[in-house]
Amino acid sequence: MRSAIWWCFLLSFLILPGCSGIQSALDPAGREAERIAMLFWWMVGGTAVIWTAVMALGYDCVRARPESFTQRHADLIIIGGGAVVPTVVLAVLLIFGLAMLPGLVAPAPPGSLTIVVDGELWWWRIRYPTSEGQGVSLANEIHLPVNETVEFQLETDNVIHSFWIPALGGKMDMLPGRGTRLALTPTRIGVFRGVCAEYCGDSHALMTFDVVVESRANFDRWLAHQSESAAEPTDELTTRGQQIFLANGCGACHSVRGTRATGVVGPDLTHVGSRLNIAAGTFACEPAQLERWIALTDEVKPGSRMPRFSMLKPDELQAVAAYLKGLK
Amino acid sequence: MRTDQGSQDVPQPDVEPLSVAPSPEVRQAQEARLMQTWETPRGWRYWSSVNNSDVGIWYTATAFIFFLFAGVLALLMRIQLAVPNNTFMTADTYNQTFTVHGSVMMFLFAIPIFEAIAVLLLPQMLGARDLPFPRLSAFGYWCYLMGGVFLCGSIFFNAAPSGGWFMYPPLTSRYQPGIGADIWLLGFSFIEVAAIAAAVEMIVGTLKCRPPGMRINLIPLYAWYVLVAAAMILFAFPPLIVGSLMLELERAFGWPFFDPRGGGDPLLWQHLFWLFGHPEVYVVFLPSIALIAMIVPTFARTPIVGYGWVVLAAVGTGFLSFGLWVHHMFTTGLPGVSLGLFSAASEAVAIPTGVQIFCFFATLAAGRVTRSVPMLYALGSLMIFVLGGLTGVMVALVPFDFQAHDSYFIVGHLHYVMIGGVIFPMLAGLYYFFPLFDGKKLNDRLGKIAFWLTFIGFNITFLPMHLTGLRGMPRRVFTYQANQGFDELNLISTIGSFILAAGIAVVMWDVIRPKGKEPNSPQNPWGAGTLEWLQEMPGKPWGMRSIPEIDSRYPLWDQPNLQRDVDEGRFYLPDAEEGLRETLVTSVIDAKPQQLLRLPGSSFVPLLSALTTGGFFIFGTYHWWWPAILSLIVATGLICYWLWTGPAGTEAQETKDVGLGLTLPIYVSGPGSISWWAMFITMLADFTAFVSLIFGYFFFWTIHPDFPPDPLQGPGVFWPVLGCGFVLASWALTILSRHWNRTRNATSFYLVLGTAIGLAIAGGAALIAGPWVTGMDPSRHVYPATVWLLVIWTVCHVAIGIIMHVYCLARKIVGRMTARQDIDIVNVTLYWHFAVLTTVMTVAVIAGFPLVS
Repeated sequence: MRSAIWWCFLLSFLILPGCSGIQSALDPAGREAERIAMLFWWMVGGTAVIWTAVMALGYDCVRARPESFTQRHADLIIIGGGAVVPTVVLAVLLIFGLAMLPGLVAPAPPGSLTIVVDGELWWWRIRYPTSEGQGVSLANEIHLPVNETVEFQLETDNVIHSFWIPALGGKMDMLPGRGTRLALTPTRIGVFRGVCAEYCGDSHALMTFDVVVESRANFDRWLAHQSESAAEPTDELTTRGQQIFLANGCGACHSVRGTRATGVVGPDLTHVGSRLNIAAGTFACEPAQLERWIALTDEVKPGSRMPRFSMLKPDELQAVAAYLKGLK
Repeated sequence: MRTDQGSQDVPQPDVEPLSVAPSPEVRQAQEARLMQTWETPRGWRYWSSVNNSDVGIWYTATAFIFFLFAGVLALLMRIQLAVPNNTFMTADTYNQTFTVHGSVMMFLFAIPIFEAIAVLLLPQMLGARDLPFPRLSAFGYWCYLMGGVFLCGSIFFNAAPSGGWFMYPPLTSRYQPGIGADIWLLGFSFIEVAAIAAAVEMIVGTLKCRPPGMRINLIPLYAWYVLVAAAMILFAFPPLIVGSLMLELERAFGWPFFDPRGGGDPLLWQHLFWLFGHPEVYVVFLPSIALIAMIVPTFARTPIVGYGWVVLAAVGTGFLSFGLWVHHMFTTGLPGVSLGLFSAASEAVAIPTGVQIFCFFATLAAGRVTRSVPMLYALGSLMIFVLGGLTGVMVALVPFDFQAHDSYFIVGHLHYVMIGGVIFPMLAGLYYFFPLFDGKKLNDRLGKIAFWLTFIGFNITFLPMHLTGLRGMPRRVFTYQANQGFDELNLISTIGSFILAAGIAVVMWDVIRPKGKEPNSPQNPWGAGTLEWLQEMPGKPWGMRSIPEIDSRYPLWDQPNLQRDVDEGRFYLPDAEEGLRETLVTSVIDAKPQQLLRLPGSSFVPLLSALTTGGFFIFGTYHWWWPAILSLIVATGLICYWLWTGPAGTEAQETKDVGLGLTLPIYVSGPGSISWWAMFITMLADFTAFVSLIFGYFFFWTIHPDFPPDPLQGPGVFWPVLGCGFVLASWALTILSRHWNRTRNATSFYLVLGTAIGLAIAGGAALIAGPWVTGMDPSRHVYPATVWLLVIWTVCHVAIGIIMHVYCLARKIVGRMTARQDIDIVNVTLYWHFAVLTTVMTVAVIAGFPLVS
């Protein structure tokens, strides 16, 4: 019995300090995550009760006097404890839990915002439809209007990834040759974090993204801004940065709408300066970090497909970083 | 309380031991002869031993070393994850480390330790002198050692696999061109083949090598669990072997089984992998919980309560575990109905598991429990395992799994199940059974210290992981960023892991510390009731001094003077008059004595066969095809030599008096013989592999609207049907040759078997001609690749059948196969039944299915 109390103490000690966090499934900010979190807490309660009861029974059995033990007791323990009680508990749990399933796997209502997410090595390509039909492509940052169900179309043409925003809901794998989908409904404004949950090679750990949940008005403003072409360089440093960017062939992989850079291999950089983080959540989007990233790609992000541009001189790197940071 | 012993309903004459012991001189002479026969070779020849007590020790020690190796890798990972953005390891090293940790723990520790313990204990528990195929155990061990060293060694050359223990393509096919994935695929296939061999041995051993009187309802629970786990291996491993074969073909030759650009699908790998992977969990869990099923009655001083329930629950768990694999794939976007069904099935497996635990509880309640170190570990195991089971119930529920899947919650859950359900029972078993290996007990005080260190360290490591996972930390990440909510949790886990490791270190010290001065443990130190405790301290290489007649589940408790009667040679086989190793074969249900089995003695052939078989796989890894093929040929030759020189059928003697007035035949052929059973069981596994291939064909059919695809030519109907006809004819002639061998019609035998060989060759050629003449290119699309694979699989079986035909011819020519001693042709015919079934199904699928689809 003492150990049971000790265990409960340990359990509460570990769980109570807070389940909060921008990446926490227990601090839900979406309808799906709320439901699952509620299910979880019910199950935690049930688990605590059942575990304690089983241990108490075990303790009792160890201490029991053999003289008072009959075949009836044995049947009660084995059939009752082993078969009947679990069957009832599991049946209730299944009814309760699976009833939730249709709501979690249902597609978003027709006409909902649909965002296409491609799993890349090791970043996320995010594509929004726009009224012009062109679509907007960006990387590693998803903006969502609050209280609206959004449909994600999940694709990959390389390895298997898994798209997971713990604060908003469950995860869904991205399988080459098989498109998958997921509907989520954010209910709280804020910045959250998504990750790749399926091991996908070298930099699986560095494949995260930011999720910005905002009001519909802010969202519309943001999307309209994203569909615009890139800002022109305004000063000498950024103009030089653009020249270096274009001269070094960056445009073969990256697009900056409104310039010659129209590559589609790497992330679209048209508004890279406005992003919270770069390199799939590896760094804050600050000029110093951009410099380091461009010069030492696979050192800071193992296996990175982008070659190192360490041949650029420090002042050139500074210029490119300034140019990119200026692409708000 | 005594449960029913079931001995009242079957009218069997109860055999009594000799009422007077043989005189001391006779006994001494018997023991001298037994010792000479069973003596362990000395010097370098020690490694030619095939005795289960030697092989079992090597096996156990090797598995334990691999466990420590994988444990050290785990500690390295915990160091890397102790703080955010750590640079202790590179991403690549970390990815290799977690891949090797998982793979080694599963394939080189969990499965082999089960086989190791079974090799060591099963014959003792069943009152047998050895397992029915001692050389096969040795072969399995050497395969395992080679494959294991090859795999573990790769990490020191930075060449280890890094695709995770689950090896999902396309990451492991197109995106990891290095040697690592090949090492995984071929190395583990090699070990899996050895594991299947061991499973065959366990099944035949349990079914056919029990002591007289040990009817099916009297066998020790451990043997029941081993039987279930071994049967599960037969059906669980073949899908993975087939999957590995397909993935290796994709890697080496570009056959696009899992590549959507060629019509393949990465999800097929996941199905095949988890068809293996989920039963695998129970394959390692059941034999471990079985140790608890042996320990609990001993310390409760009462027979297990609910023997029938435990057996039923173990069998039920085995069956159910094949219907749950999809719960590893809940987030792959499968339809909701499948999710619901597999969710319910996954929950259901909690019921038989619970029944087993409650039977243990009832047993504890029925007896007066004595405190002991093994019991401490057993109770600790239950505390951990029950929590692991309850979190298992949570993740089996689809909605929660959407969040928990591939997060640290699962890492916590699986270690609760695996460490609670496997490691702690193993440690309990180690403290319990150690006197049987060494003659000495382990130290109680060290045992308790180790227990508290491991128990507390374990919980500090893995309990926080549940929360880490739900706070959003995915699995298999080599690092994480600060302030995401898991800095402290990870640090706590790392600290716990070192406490856990300290506990394991104490256990290790207890095992290896010199114990020379300590007195030997008394015989049966715990006062247990099962046969393995008859052993003298320390044990003798012959195992049982004489093989007793059993009429109870706990013979040492219920049969008076059993120890004395066995030790004085008052039962069966107290002697080895001819200097040959012998044990008894009994019937499957009633354990009536059927045969005196002559066992092979020490030999290097198993070691050499394993070396050359290993050569095939290891050279294959490096794509050195010629050395690989050469190794395969040498291995085939060695295995033929091994069979050829086997002990069956070489003596003039027909029967032998085994004592107590019982005379048994020495040579048995047909379904009564152990080799017939072994062939049958092996072919069940082989056929399961084939069915997995067929599953692949129809899996592609379900995902493609047109399969076979329209513009791609099939193998046609003519050649496959012609080939099938030839193979059918060859099969019919094989049956006929068996008949003519029996009726002493030698000329007809040679004629018919010779024709059968010719027909089989023609059949194989015609089968290949199907896809060949229609120009099917297996690298172009998954359809020709699947057809080719089916054809090659079938033709390989026909080819092996031809080798068997030739073997029978040769045996007949030199007179080693006679009309009565016809086991060769009987078993070969059995093989051909399966080969012909394979051929017919292949042809029906490749030639017939395109017509109807």
